[in-house]
Amino acid sequence: MSAVFEQIFQVGFLAAIIRIATPLAFATLGEMFSERAGVLNLGIEGIMLLSAMTGFTAASLSGSLWLGVLAAVLTGMLMGALHALFTVVLGLSQHVCGIGVTLFSSGLAYFLYRLIFGQQSVPPNIKGFQTLPIPVLSDIPVLGPAVFNQFALVYMAILAIPLAAFILYRTPWGLSVRMVGENPRAADSAGVSVIATRFQAVVLGGALMGLAGAFLSMAQFNAFTFGVVSGRGWVAIALVVFGRWDPWRSAGAALLFAFVDALQLRMQASGLGHIPYEAFLMLPFIFTIVAMAVMSRNAVAPSALLKPFRREER
Amino acid sequence: MFRLEVRTSTPAWFNLALPLLAIGATLILCSGLIALAGAGVLEAYGVMFTASLGDSYAITETMVRAAPMIFTGLAVAVAFRAKFWNIGAEGQLLAGAVASCFVGAIPMPGPLAMVLMALAGAAAGAAVALVPATLRVKFKVDDVVSSLLLNSVIYYALMALIEGPWKDSFSGYPISPPIEDSANFPVLLEGTRLHLGVVVALIAAPLIWFLIVRTTLGFRIRVTGENPEAARYGGIHVERVLISTALLSGALAGLAGVGEVGGVHFQVMSDISPGYGYSGIVVAMLARLNPLGVVPAAIFLAAVMTGAEAMSRATGVPAFLSDVIQGTALLAMLVALLFTAYRIRRVGAAR
Repeated sequence: MSAVFEQIFQVGFLAAIIRIATPLAFATLGEMFSERAGVLNLGIEGIMLLSAMTGFTAASLSGSLWLGVLAAVLTGMLMGALHALFTVVLGLSQHVCGIGVTLFSSGLAYFLYRLIFGQQSVPPNIKGFQTLPIPVLSDIPVLGPAVFNQFALVYMAILAIPLAAFILYRTPWGLSVRMVGENPRAADSAGVSVIATRFQAVVLGGALMGLAGAFLSMAQFNAFTFGVVSGRGWVAIALVVFGRWDPWRSAGAALLFAFVDALQLRMQASGLGHIPYEAFLMLPFIFTIVAMAVMSRNAVAPSALLKPFRREER
Repeated sequence: MFRLEVRTSTPAWFNLALPLLAIGATLILCSGLIALAGAGVLEAYGVMFTASLGDSYAITETMVRAAPMIFTGLAVAVAFRAKFWNIGAEGQLLAGAVASCFVGAIPMPGPLAMVLMALAGAAAGAAVALVPATLRVKFKVDDVVSSLLLNSVIYYALMALIEGPWKDSFSGYPISPPIEDSANFPVLLEGTRLHLGVVVALIAAPLIWFLIVRTTLGFRIRVTGENPEAARYGGIHVERVLISTALLSGALAGLAGVGEVGGVHFQVMSDISPGYGYSGIVVAMLARLNPLGVVPAAIFLAAVMTGAEAMSRATGVPAFLSDVIQGTALLAMLVALLFTAYRIRRVGAAR
């Protein structure tokens, strides 16, 4: 046990947790915005994949990583807008549309990647983001090199958490988002445009999912592979529920998952323990399913989640 | 002037027209990608068609691929009929594959092995589907998310098996040991891969149609889906119907996995399903949740998948076009379904 304990307080281990948590934090915040407005976005898995692809491609062709990030964010927003068009404007069923968006985006990502880069035995890679130590802060023992000697996108994720909380709880737009997610009828009577607010929230969510994809292909792996997302979108869906649709709790859930994942990777590498690593990967999903059952007594999910809004239907 | 009106009923020919409209729109939209890849659109689709449905061997290959999607399509159609939102056909398929592989590896007479494989696979799929259904009935847990998340749980369980106790100690590959030769499903046409499971899938569709349309359980499933309040008022135990639906749906998805183990791969590996569970959603929606419609819808998707490989070899268009077609078809179908809810009527000018 003490060996495990020592591992945890290594700088490298803490840094790994932060790195694993970053794309999950982006994705989870993105899904949270969408769901708080009443729209489940199961397109997340495909949106992350397509964004990872467009980001990588733009960075690879232009030589500018930030142009890649921009491409990924725009891709996320565009696919978010597509999902919103179907589910918010046309009022189609959210879960089926989400699966459709995931199938479509992943297919498109594979197709375009193969078209642009051809079939290569070694996937092309780029020189991804380098760590950017923050002066002074990075000199703090242990915490400094782990948290403040990271990629720029990591800092963005860390800042995104309080920003998301601020937007959701302290701005008029955030209030509108919560209203249209809880009681669209009342929001409509209060003069809030349900359709517009939901659309905006899903597009903002898509932008964050795009950042998650950008991180994967431009900071974590520095390449686009077909398994670059490998279920992280579904993890985000779980984390939103586990984090009770709250930015702080969702980010905390992402950090907790990253901790378990990093631990699992360490144990695999060191040959420590005989538990199959898949058991750890399963945990967030099992925890979330159990948590949903436990939490069901006090309904915390946005009340209007999955319910399309049509003004004429009363 | 045109006005959008709410429709109260839809004519029967819509069942055929809407999927055809959606597929037509899909092929037109995706032709842009073919052109982008610098190939002739008609040529590419032509190769796709000939390679999947052009000769008898191609047809058998397409049918082999359609079989699992017929099962997952039926699984989703049955579940969606009751508004049990089973997004978990993928996990249920994998569970069915694992269970049937366990049974198939036990030496016993072939026919007995096949029957037991089917039973074990169906039971495993049903058991997985029971989880989201029970959570919904007992705890009001949203079945969309719980059934989706279970897919990942089952996938990792499968990976733990094939990288752990099942791992091939000789080659080190993460694949299960093969099932007994005697448990391999018989091939029906010499020189092809057309196995018994394909026929079972084709028989299952009309049986499920009969169950949904002509039996009491089917009636209960439909009423529960269309109007749970009325169902309850009419003395239908809605919770029990949801559980039965889940068991049936999961069993069907499990059988998809059984067919892949017994008839195609004879073992379990990590990529035993290229997303057949999710394709089942596409199939069911294209079929408008009609079990009979599931068969042509599954054959369409299977033909696209089979044909895409040949198209890629002949024209250089990436075979991933089939994935794009699948996603586009689902979205196009959803939009086409709007025609069942609304009609566009000309108003004003005529009067």
